[in-house]
Amino acid sequence: MRFGVIVFPGSNCDQDVYYALKEVLGQPVDYLWYAETRVDGYDCLILPGGFSYGDYLRPGALAGLSPIMTAVKEFALRGGIVLGICNGFQILLEAGLLPGAMLRNRCLQFRCQDVYLRVENNRTPFTGRFARGQVLRMPIAHNEGNYYVDPATLERLKEKNQIVFRYCTREGKITPEANPNGSVDNIAGIINEEGNILGLMPHPERCVEELLGGTDGREFLASLLDWWAVQGLRRSSNSC
Amino acid sequence: MKEAVWRQMGLTDEEYERIKTLLGREPNYVELGMFAVMWSEHCGYKHSRSFLKMFPTEAPWVLQGPGENAGVIDIGDGQAVVFKMESHNHPSAIEPFQGAATGVGGIVRDIFAMGARPIALLDSLRFGPPDDPRNRYLLSGVVSGISFYGNCIGVPTVGGEVAFAPCYSGNPMVNVMCVGLLEHGRVQRGRAAGIGNAVMVAGAPTGRDGIHGATFASEGLNEASEERRPSVQVGDPFREKLLIEACLEVVKEDLLEGMQDMGAAGLTSSAAEMASRAGTGMEIDVDLVPRREEAMTPYEVMLSESQERMLLVPKRGKEERVKSIFARWGLEAAVIGRVIGDGVLRVREGDRVVAEVPAEYLTKECPVYVGRRKPPAYLAEAQAYDCSALPEPADAGEILLRLLSSPNIAAKEWVYRQYDYMVRTDTVVGPGADAAVLRIKGTRKGLALSTDGNSRYCYLDPETGGAIAVAEGARNVSCVGARPLGLTDCLNFGNPEKPEVAWQFYHCIAGMSRACRRLNIPVVGGNVSFYNETGGKDIYPTPVVGMVGLLENIKARCTPGFKAEGHVVLLLGETLDELGGSEYLALIHGVVAGRPPRLDLDREAAVQETVREAIARGLVEAAHDCSDGGLAVALAEMCILGRMGARFHLEEAGRVDSLLFSESQSRVIVSAPPENLAALEALARARQVPFKVLGSCGGRALEIMVGAATVVNLTLEEMEGAWRGSLAAFLEG
Repeated sequence: MRFGVIVFPGSNCDQDVYYALKEVLGQPVDYLWYAETRVDGYDCLILPGGFSYGDYLRPGALAGLSPIMTAVKEFALRGGIVLGICNGFQILLEAGLLPGAMLRNRCLQFRCQDVYLRVENNRTPFTGRFARGQVLRMPIAHNEGNYYVDPATLERLKEKNQIVFRYCTREGKITPEANPNGSVDNIAGIINEEGNILGLMPHPERCVEELLGGTDGREFLASLLDWWAVQGLRRSSNSC
Repeated sequence: MKEAVWRQMGLTDEEYERIKTLLGREPNYVELGMFAVMWSEHCGYKHSRSFLKMFPTEAPWVLQGPGENAGVIDIGDGQAVVFKMESHNHPSAIEPFQGAATGVGGIVRDIFAMGARPIALLDSLRFGPPDDPRNRYLLSGVVSGISFYGNCIGVPTVGGEVAFAPCYSGNPMVNVMCVGLLEHGRVQRGRAAGIGNAVMVAGAPTGRDGIHGATFASEGLNEASEERRPSVQVGDPFREKLLIEACLEVVKEDLLEGMQDMGAAGLTSSAAEMASRAGTGMEIDVDLVPRREEAMTPYEVMLSESQERMLLVPKRGKEERVKSIFARWGLEAAVIGRVIGDGVLRVREGDRVVAEVPAEYLTKECPVYVGRRKPPAYLAEAQAYDCSALPEPADAGEILLRLLSSPNIAAKEWVYRQYDYMVRTDTVVGPGADAAVLRIKGTRKGLALSTDGNSRYCYLDPETGGAIAVAEGARNVSCVGARPLGLTDCLNFGNPEKPEVAWQFYHCIAGMSRACRRLNIPVVGGNVSFYNETGGKDIYPTPVVGMVGLLENIKARCTPGFKAEGHVVLLLGETLDELGGSEYLALIHGVVAGRPPRLDLDREAAVQETVREAIARGLVEAAHDCSDGGLAVALAEMCILGRMGARFHLEEAGRVDSLLFSESQSRVIVSAPPENLAALEALARARQVPFKVLGSCGGRALEIMVGAATVVNLTLEEMEGAWRGSLAAFLEG
C-alpha cells in the first residue's frame, strides 16, 4: 500500500507519520509538498498534525486552500483513502471533506496527554483490527480539538454510523470527565458517509511501538493494510 | 557628543573614553549604539568573564566547548548532541507570554545554527509564591508563551522544573534549554570565512522591535521597567519552523561557510562575532536588509532584535541556491554584504559609510570587571541557625501531606500538559521523572536530560549550593541509567556591581567547577543573567544546570515509580541530620536558614556509579533521587507514580523529622526483586556506598515505622490528592 504524507508549511508530525509507516509498518511512503497539484500513484493520503500556517487564522483554514487540496478532493471522490490526524483533521473540516468545525478546547489551554477512545464503528478501512466497543489508548496534543457540529448533522452522523471514536474512561464509559476538550458527544474521530475519509484528533503515529508506551496506533494503521489486502486489490482488479 | 547619549545607552564614562581611545576618535551615533549593545553585560560578560574561566570545559568527547552558538558532544556512531541553555528573565518579567516565547525561539536558533535538528526543550522556571495574583499572571503567561512557541515549531518540551520563592516575585526566572542532534560532518560554525564571500540575512524581515533589548537585560527591574515593554520582541513560531527546515536543508546540501542566529544585539552582534571568530571583517549595506517597516535608520537596522532571523555566509557561488531553498519555504534570503579581509565591520547605507569599527573591538575589547567581593551581611547569622531547637511535629503524616502539596514539590502536570512533549515520537520518559529520556532512532541509544538548581542552598552557602546543583543534575541523569556527558548552565544572579553578589557568583562557580571536575562533566556552554533585582533587592543566587547523559542501551533504563508487590526498597547513601535549607524548614517552620546539606563528591560519584551499574545490569526496577522534601517525599512519590503502597521500617536515629525530611545529598532510593539483593549489596560494597534495606512494596498505603512507632500511614489516594491536584488549585483557585 503506497502512502503519501502531505507536508504543509508548519506541519510538524509529517516525519512521525512517515517513520511509523516506513520503519514500523514497512510500507512505501513519500512526502507530498502542499504546492503539488497531482497525487497520482498513491493508495492513501495522510494529512499529518502540526500547525499549518501557524494556526494563526483558524487551524487548517489556510492549508485547506492549498493547491494540493484540489487533488486530494478528486482523489477522495474516486474513493481514495484519506486520513487527517489532528491538524490534518482540522484541514479536512476546513476543506469541507468532513462536516463540523473545531473550537478551542473548553479549558482554553493546549492539552497534551493520553486519552482513552472507544471504537464506535469497526466497519471502516481504519478500524478493522478492533472490536466494536474496544477501548484504545492514544495521545492527544492540541489547542483546538473541541469538535462542534449542529444537532441535525450530529443526528445524521449517528444514523450513518460516522462517529468512529469517542473519548471515554479507561473502562469505556462515555463521561464528561473523559472528554479532554469539550467535543460534542465526546467525539474524537469521524468518517465521511462514503467511508473513505477519516479525521481524528488523537495521534496514532505516537503509539506504534512498546518503547513509546503503546501500540494501539500501530493496530489502527495496520487495519488499513488489512483492508487494502482485500478491498483495495479487489478494487484495482475491477478497474483493469 | 553630548554626554547624556552614552549614558542613556548604558555605557559608563570610562567605557566611552575607552571607545574613543580604541578608535582614536569619537564614535558616531551608530557606532556608539553598536558598542553599547556589544559591551552590555548581556553580550559582553563584563562581570562574569574572568570567573567563567574556572569551569572545566574539556573532555575527550567534547567536540565544541563554549564560544560558539552552542556546545557539541560526541555520542558515538558519528553522532553528536548540541545543547545550550539561555535565560529570558527580564523580558518575561514585563511581558511573560512573549518574553518566554521568544526565549524558546532564541535558544532553538542557537541549536540549528550549529546545523543540528532541535529534538528537545526543557524549561527551568522560578516564580514568586503563587498566592500573589501577579505571580500567577506571570506563571500562566510564561507557560502559555512556551506552549505557544514550542508546540508550534514541533520540538517537544520534555522536562524542566518549576520552583517558587519570595525572591522571584516580580523577577521570574525563565531559563530554556534546547538539545539538538546532528552528524559529526555537519557541524556548522558561526564564522564569516572566505574573503569575498557573500553575507546573507535570512528569515524574517527586520523591524524596529527589540532595539536595545540586550541593554535592557543588563539593568535591574524597577517601576519604569513597564515602559520597556516595547523592547520585548514578538515571536513568530510559524516562521521559526520554516526557518528550521530551510536552514537544515541548506546545511544538508553543504552550502555554507558559517551561520549564526541574530539574537541579542541583532545584526551588530552576529556580524561582529562571525567576523571576529574567523579573523575577517564584514561590509554590510543596510539598504539591502529586507525590512518590515519604512524609513528605518542604519542605527535601527543594526540594533533591531527582530526575531526569526539568521546571518549566513554561503560558500562562493551558492547564493542563488540558498535563496531558492529559502524561497521554497516562503522565506526571504538576501545578500547584504561581503566578507572582507581587514578585520573591520563596515556598515554602509548605499554609498555612504555610516559605521566603521574593527570587529574585535566589539567582541574582544569589552572591559572586564573584577569587583570587590564580600560575604553578604545575612550569611553569618543564617548559617549559625540551630535546627535542633525546632519543635518536633506531632504528626509526621500530616507534615508529609503538606510537603506533597507545596507548590515546589507538588506534581507539575498543570504546567507540562500544556506542552507537546511527545512530538517527534522519541520521548520514552516524559516530564515528571528524575530525567527525561529520548530514544535516538536507528540506534539502541538514548539521551537523558534534566535541569536542576536549588537557589535556597546557594543563598545559604553558594559554594556548596553550586556543587549540589551539578551533583543533583548528574544524579538525576544517573537515576534513569545514563552517564552524564556534559552540562550547560544559566547563571542567574543579582546586581554584580554589589560586592555581595560578586561574592555569591564567585563561590557558586567555584562549587560548580569542583563538582564538574570530580564527576568528570565538562561545561560546554551557557549564559549569565545579572541584574535580577526588583526595587534594589537581589534574587537568591540561582545557578541552573542543564545536564545531558547518554544511555548506551535504552532498554536498560529506569523510572521512579514502584513496579511490583514484594519488591525490596533500598537506600543507597545515608541520611544525616541536615534540615538546614530544607523545604521542610521553609514550608513548615517558615525559616530559610542553617547550612545546606554537605556534599562529599567522592561519595556522590560512588553512589551514581552504583546506580548506573545496577540499572545497566537490570538489577533494579525503580530508582529515584532523594532530594527536595527528603526521604519521606521521595518514597511517597515512588508510591504515587507506581500506584502502589509500601511499608518501611527505619531505625531510630535522633529526630524523626530529620530522618524523614532531611535533604542529605548523595542518596538514591531503588527497588528490586528480592533475589537481586545480594548482587546489589556487592555493587554498593565495592564502592563503599552505604546500603540499607528500608522495606518493601505492596498494599495501598505508605506506612513508615520508626523504631516501634508508626509515624506515617497514608493511603495512596490521600497522597495523590495532595500531590497531584494542588498546583491547579493554587493557580485556578
